[in-house]
Amino acid sequence: MSSFWNIWVWTLTLGTLVGCFLLLRWCLKDYTGVKEGESMGHSFDGIEELNNPLPRWWSTFFLLTIIWAFGYLALYGLGGWPGLLGWKSSNQGIMNIAESKAKTAEHLKEGSNVLVQYDREVRDADAKYAPIFDAYAARSIEDLATDEGALKVGQRLFLHNCSQCHGSDARGTTGFPNLTDKDWLYGGSPETIKETILNGRKAVGMMAWAPAIGGEQGVKEVAAYVISLSGRSVSPELAEAGKAKFGLCAGCHGQDGKGSLAMGTPMGAPNLTDHIWLYGGSQKAIEESIRNGRAGVMPPWKDILGEEKVHVISAYVYSLSQEK
Amino acid sequence: MNNKHEKIETNVGLFVIFTIMAISIGGLVEITPLFFQKETQTPIDNLKPYTALQMEGRDIYIREGCHVCHSQMIRPFRAETERYGHYSVAGEQVWEHPFLWGSKRTGPDLARVGGRYSDDWHRVHLIDPRAVVPESNMPSFKWLEENTLDGELTEKKLSTFNFLTRNRSHKDENGKAIPLYSAEDLAGAKEAVKGKSEMDALIAYLQSLGHALK
Repeated sequence: MSSFWNIWVWTLTLGTLVGCFLLLRWCLKDYTGVKEGESMGHSFDGIEELNNPLPRWWSTFFLLTIIWAFGYLALYGLGGWPGLLGWKSSNQGIMNIAESKAKTAEHLKEGSNVLVQYDREVRDADAKYAPIFDAYAARSIEDLATDEGALKVGQRLFLHNCSQCHGSDARGTTGFPNLTDKDWLYGGSPETIKETILNGRKAVGMMAWAPAIGGEQGVKEVAAYVISLSGRSVSPELAEAGKAKFGLCAGCHGQDGKGSLAMGTPMGAPNLTDHIWLYGGSQKAIEESIRNGRAGVMPPWKDILGEEKVHVISAYVYSLSQEK
Repeated sequence: MNNKHEKIETNVGLFVIFTIMAISIGGLVEITPLFFQKETQTPIDNLKPYTALQMEGRDIYIREGCHVCHSQMIRPFRAETERYGHYSVAGEQVWEHPFLWGSKRTGPDLARVGGRYSDDWHRVHLIDPRAVVPESNMPSFKWLEENTLDGELTEKKLSTFNFLTRNRSHKDENGKAIPLYSAEDLAGAKEAVKGKSEMDALIAYLQSLGHALK
């Protein structure tokens, strides 16, 4: 704070306090010349103004608040002066995350004369929770997936951060995968789940195929073939025509339509031969997918949650698809 | 009789002047200096201006009153930073006109919502919030999908922000101010948003929030 604004704040604050004190003192003196308790000669509607002093308890409290203010300012500071406690709620004025961390470390050091409320709150919480997460981090995800305590923590974290897309029961919804079955887009091993949460996933993406496969008729044909893959009955002529065009889809979904995971490439192209449909399995929904394309995105959580929490969430998610 | 306070009590004009003086002191001490502090004038390192599309989205955010139910201000409490990320700092807000801090959270804080959900999620959620969050009481904003931007005012909006932030932009190596939007940005503004839906714009805006301190 520049010296001008420092002087500004000090003058106005202290001036007000002194002003309040002078005003109080002035109001406590009797200038009226009227005897206490007698009429001021002013009556309205039968109510008469008497010369009564300010109540003693009231003026005492007023005085106490002024004294309190000086004590408060001495402890918490005024203008650019940090006060005797050196108290701050947070580190404002930081330019990036690194600076924020450096400031926190500096203020938490032994002998620092700055007390940052937020930094201390986090430090105290870390002292309490870090050992728990450290202990979890040292164990494998498979092991954690059988630990009731860890799963409870994982579930809480899941509900706060993941349920918005995957649902509070983790069964997902249209466009957002169900995590409780054994059908995976990128793989369901513990390590893969963790990798997915940490760094997110961006499906290579299905383009809008309508123009490339002969417009609406092509969409109908390919949709019919795709529906036939999971054993449902469709018009054989349509499916036959669709099969001829499926070669275009095979690059991602595989020649047999079993999806990119079956081919060992994590592209996010789903298995089309089962009864699990990320974007809906009705004829209309499948046609819509072929016509306009799809591209699912899972955001990365490494920076938001940190690796230790992701480890525990991974265990929870992994546990959901395991036989109990 | 020597009743001094009768002077103010019987003179409304004088009474008003003294009242204004008394109630302005708090603001003069606590608010006025903030307009001239380094912390509130210097953009943080990674702060980026809104793109043309994000700027249009921001205006839709204001028009639809999103700030009435969503704050954009993460307070420095652990309970907040655990959920939303690093607490907000003044240096993130130096280009905001007006501020969209909000004062009430019917829905969650959005100061760092950028990157937290996919674009698809935002689309589904804005069309029908209950499709993804069953307990949500947010209204549907499905008309955003139907309204198309024409970009007629986009360039003006960007140049207005150039003017408003002229003393608070990033500086180059020589200490010269770099305007938020170059002549090229301004010239391409209309083209950048034309034909996009309001939904696209709002999602672009939401996805831009909070990356400067992540």
